Amino acid sequence: MNFWAMGGYARFVWPCFALAGLVLAWNVWSARRFYAAARVRAQRALLMTDE
Amino acid sequence: MSTADLEPQVSALRAMTLIVGRELRLSFRRPEQVLQPLVFFLIVTTLFPLGLSLQLSLLRDMAPGVLWVAALLSSLLSLDALFKGDADDGTLDQLALSGQSLTAIVLAKTASHWLVSGAALVLVSPLVGIALGIPWGVFPTMLGSLALGTLCLSWLGAIGAGLTVGLKRGNVLVSLVVLPLAMPLLIFGAGATDRAAAGISPAGALYLLGSLCVFTCTLAPFAVAAALRITLEG
Amino acid sequence: MWTWFYKLASPPSVYRTATALTPWFMTVALIAIACGLIGGLGFAPPDYQQGDAFRIIYVHVPSAYMSLFCYSAMAVAGAIGLIWRIKMSYALAAATAPIGASFTALALVTGSLWGKPMWGTYWAWDPRLTSELILLFLYAGVMSLRPAFEDPARGDRAAALLSIVGFVNVPIIHFSVQWWNSLHQGSTIAKIGKPSMPGSMLWPLLTMLLGFTCFYAAVVCMRLRGEVLNRERQSAWVREAVKS
Repeated sequence: MNFWAMGGYARFVWPCFALAGLVLAWNVWSARRFYAAARVRAQRALLMTDE
Repeated sequence: MSTADLEPQVSALRAMTLIVGRELRLSFRRPEQVLQPLVFFLIVTTLFPLGLSLQLSLLRDMAPGVLWVAALLSSLLSLDALFKGDADDGTLDQLALSGQSLTAIVLAKTASHWLVSGAALVLVSPLVGIALGIPWGVFPTMLGSLALGTLCLSWLGAIGAGLTVGLKRGNVLVSLVVLPLAMPLLIFGAGATDRAAAGISPAGALYLLGSLCVFTCTLAPFAVAAALRITLEG
Repeated sequence: MWTWFYKLASPPSVYRTATALTPWFMTVALIAIACGLIGGLGFAPPDYQQGDAFRIIYVHVPSAYMSLFCYSAMAVAGAIGLIWRIKMSYALAAATAPIGASFTALALVTGSLWGKPMWGTYWAWDPRLTSELILLFLYAGVMSLRPAFEDPARGDRAAALLSIVGFVNVPIIHFSVQWWNSLHQGSTIAKIGKPSMPGSMLWPLLTMLLGFTCFYAAVVCMRLRGEVLNRERQSAWVREAVKS
């Protein structure tokens, strides 16, 4: 339990780590979304030239 | 659009002189382009005491900062006139094709722009100084720092203007681009005036401001020319 | 010799390389970050002055480091694109920008949260925090400039020029804010005073730095694939690649 208390600074320390995790997760999610959208647009361009 | 095969008709110096002359003549024909930023400068300065309802003694402490922020914002406004008019009617393209060094052209345009915006601002600043309660003894530092600062700002603004020429809603973008670059300027310029107001020698700050100015004036022309080449191409 | 390089920098090659490298970088990143967290949260002793609050260093310093690293990478990639006209370099710059901006924001927030126990306030115009804030504005400028152009190639070049101008300014900004702050020194700033950290505190920090760097490499590869597709949409190899 001492670990979680972080010597009394828990409300500063844990949000920091949580936010760091969030930023890292966002980066991965955002990069994936970006790639997926780019792929869709490329496929659409492919369809348009096939017509 | 190669300029390599066009031989310049006149020397670079003559071309620059011609451009400065042209810019000044155009400014006199459109005095509102010069006056509006100045009026804006006066209005913004008034906003601070109104918004903060300070007594003159407290205002005096804030005065250098307020003065500088107002100068910064009003010089952003005047940037529109630097390239936009010439871009719209094709003069800028003509200048780029003329065979003259684009850097020299940029030098001439920005210098004349500073004469009608920055220098004008320096001339008006004593009024603002009085309104904000800046002591007389501080005026030389204030004027000196503003002179150097507005010169720097003209160049930083030229970089921003060069990058955004011809863009829709380029105004907001110019501010977003130029203001972060101008922050060191604000720190040194307001800092010099602050120190003078506090009775400490502003020499250090002024030297720093001066070196920043030299640095900017040396490198910025190339950056502005490069920016114009990017935005004018094709 | 240059043909080899230009082949490496060709869009299909970049796409393939980025796809192949991503899992490797991500694995190393996750392992390093896990080790760093265990070491920093579990094994490092509490600081003499700051107690356990100092542990924020294990996310604050890596994110601040990455914010500067990414901006430099972006500026260098921009410069390479402008000087040698390598289009894929612009793609790298574009991919790096949002990653760097997110790290800058993280550095600011963690710095602010660290500030509360250290200085008693969530925000202080400390030289590092202030220059970091200005760095965020520089990122915002570059990221706003690029899409403002109708011609994406022109947008790339303009953004590259701006990031170079900003890059030149980063040391100036840092120095000026430091100078300004020494004028306004109100509160004393308690740094992790000792110039050399004890080993048990240091190795998790280095591990986290490695982890964050590899993480950036992985994510930039992921983004780069998207950037390449967007720029090369019309070419034959892209059509083949997205057919499935």
